[in-house]
Amino acid sequence: MNNTLIPFFVIIPLASAFLISFIGKFAKRIIIDALSCVSYLLLFVFSLYAVSLTHGAGGMPLVYTVGGWAPPFGISMVLDGLASFMLVTVNLIALCVIIFSLRYMERYTGKPKFHTLFALMVAGMNGVIVTGDLFNLYVFLEIASLSSYALVAFGTEAEELEASFKYAIMGSVAASFIFIGIAFLYGFTSTLNMADMAHVLSNKPATWVIPFVSVLFFMGFGLKAALVPFHAWLPDAHPSAPASISAMLSGVLIKTLGVYALARIFFNVFGITPQQSSVLMFLGALSMLVAVVLALSQWDLKRLLAYHSISQIGYVVLGIGLATPLGILGGLFHLFNHSVFKSLLFLNSGAIDYVVHTRDLKEMSGLKEKMPVTAQTNLVASLSIAGIPPFNGFWSKLIIIFACIQSGHGGYAIAAVVGSLLTLASFMKVQKFAFLGELKEKNKNIREAPLSMTVAMVVLAVICIGGGFLLLPSFRFFISEAVQVLLNGNEYSSLVLGAVGR
Amino acid sequence: MKKALLDNPRCGMSVIVKTITRLTVGLILLYGIYIVLHGHLSPGGGFAGGVIIALSFVHLMLAFGKDFAITKFSPNLASYLESVGALMFLAIALVGFSGGAFFRNILSKGTPFSLFSAGTIPLSNIAISLKVGVGLFAIFLALVILEKSKEEE
Repeated sequence: MNNTLIPFFVIIPLASAFLISFIGKFAKRIIIDALSCVSYLLLFVFSLYAVSLTHGAGGMPLVYTVGGWAPPFGISMVLDGLASFMLVTVNLIALCVIIFSLRYMERYTGKPKFHTLFALMVAGMNGVIVTGDLFNLYVFLEIASLSSYALVAFGTEAEELEASFKYAIMGSVAASFIFIGIAFLYGFTSTLNMADMAHVLSNKPATWVIPFVSVLFFMGFGLKAALVPFHAWLPDAHPSAPASISAMLSGVLIKTLGVYALARIFFNVFGITPQQSSVLMFLGALSMLVAVVLALSQWDLKRLLAYHSISQIGYVVLGIGLATPLGILGGLFHLFNHSVFKSLLFLNSGAIDYVVHTRDLKEMSGLKEKMPVTAQTNLVASLSIAGIPPFNGFWSKLIIIFACIQSGHGGYAIAAVVGSLLTLASFMKVQKFAFLGELKEKNKNIREAPLSMTVAMVVLAVICIGGGFLLLPSFRFFISEAVQVLLNGNEYSSLVLGAVGR
Repeated sequence: MKKALLDNPRCGMSVIVKTITRLTVGLILLYGIYIVLHGHLSPGGGFAGGVIIALSFVHLMLAFGKDFAITKFSPNLASYLESVGALMFLAIALVGFSGGAFFRNILSKGTPFSLFSAGTIPLSNIAISLKVGVGLFAIFLALVILEKSKEEE
């Protein structure tokens, strides 16, 4: 019974969330921190094991039937190449961020509440990834979103509350679009199981329903993924949150709730059409260019990073939208790489904030001298995001550009190169103003961030440097099996329904 | 102290409201419990019943004032019970593993339409009602306490 593993991706964070909220008032801090760390470590180990399981199954998905009820009647959980790829991404970042937060979150009151909300967010994301049921996906999506609204407002200052309110409104609008879309699909197909729905849809004549629902999902998941023109909430919400939360939001939340859900539904349930794929490509290219131009003029470090998140999500969506094997490979690889270097950049900004108490680039300078670890890891992450060889961002951007040219979209390839150059320019600005130059008088007595924070940053930086090795033939199955799931398209249905009871 | 709060004309609403509340609040609470326990037989269930149970306490708070309601149900107790409800629900789901699957209904199903039937479903309803009822009451309490702290500033 290999598939018994699957529900534990939801059980572990849920149990840790409610245990922490129960013992949070009287237990010692160290017990709560240890409980939290152990649960994310377990999740990470389990997700690595999940990769080996799906690799061992040779591309066949593993299906878990909740309560013993077979689909299409019961809720099923599906673990395939794409799901295990996303699980590794989410749980790796969650582990690094929680190690960083051990010291960083001491600045805020109510640390047990942070652990609870964080665990709920991870439970929601893992749930979105493993579920095989469309309504269940919506429920987990809301769990993750609601806890992220609360986490954005964690500092309870006026600015944070305003950002959280804006985020909550936009998030609820997105959720209602998604909900209406699911309702239409349920009315049309009389089923909520994604595999069964794909099966029913492939036997139905083409009507107005699918294009209409596609538009609703583009808006809903587009808002969750913060694609231009649905991005307005992100530059407020992500900088306002505590740095470890921003790392989580920018690193994995927008990808899981937005890009992953979009890809799963459009590729595996609808079977992507050229029209849908051209909309995805256009939105991707638009986000790539608009957001990077907006990022150039920012002086708030975290706001600058938030705009870059939108721009990099554009690359991911452009790659996936090409719907060619190479394009999807590039898109998914960039998704993984962006999770790593963007969380690292946000953790760097958190370390600077922790030591110097500012987010304004003009207030920092010469920090390289006093904060060597932060400066070096930031340099690695900046070069990765700008796509300088040999860091991981270079390889994924290169693949995306090749894929654009290969499928005859030269314009998008040029847009990707231009976006990359502008990204480089804006990170040169960060390097110049934050780390190089004269050390300010008032910063003479600062010290490097504490050990747990630097450890998390160094781990992520090492992954940035070594990320390119994932393309080597012996490691490539990690991404290529995820690509294969999306390329299978509608066959997802027969694969999943065939795997039940195995 | 309770007695003093109960009859204090400065807390809560008029004596007419207080008298009617005294008569009705028990009935509302009982009705909520009824909805929870019959969740597997009739419309309603853990969520609806939990909301009604919470409303009975909200009713107390509106009629007698916040201080009286807090003597019946402190915010700390509310936050504990909320976690207990969630943990109970998770535990019921986990016990299903002994029958082979997450959320498997392992208890005997009994005769349909009798009160003690349907295996773990009534137990899940009780857990949900605890979570929802206490959670809703805690939200209401939080809003009231926030309003009070604003006045004090």
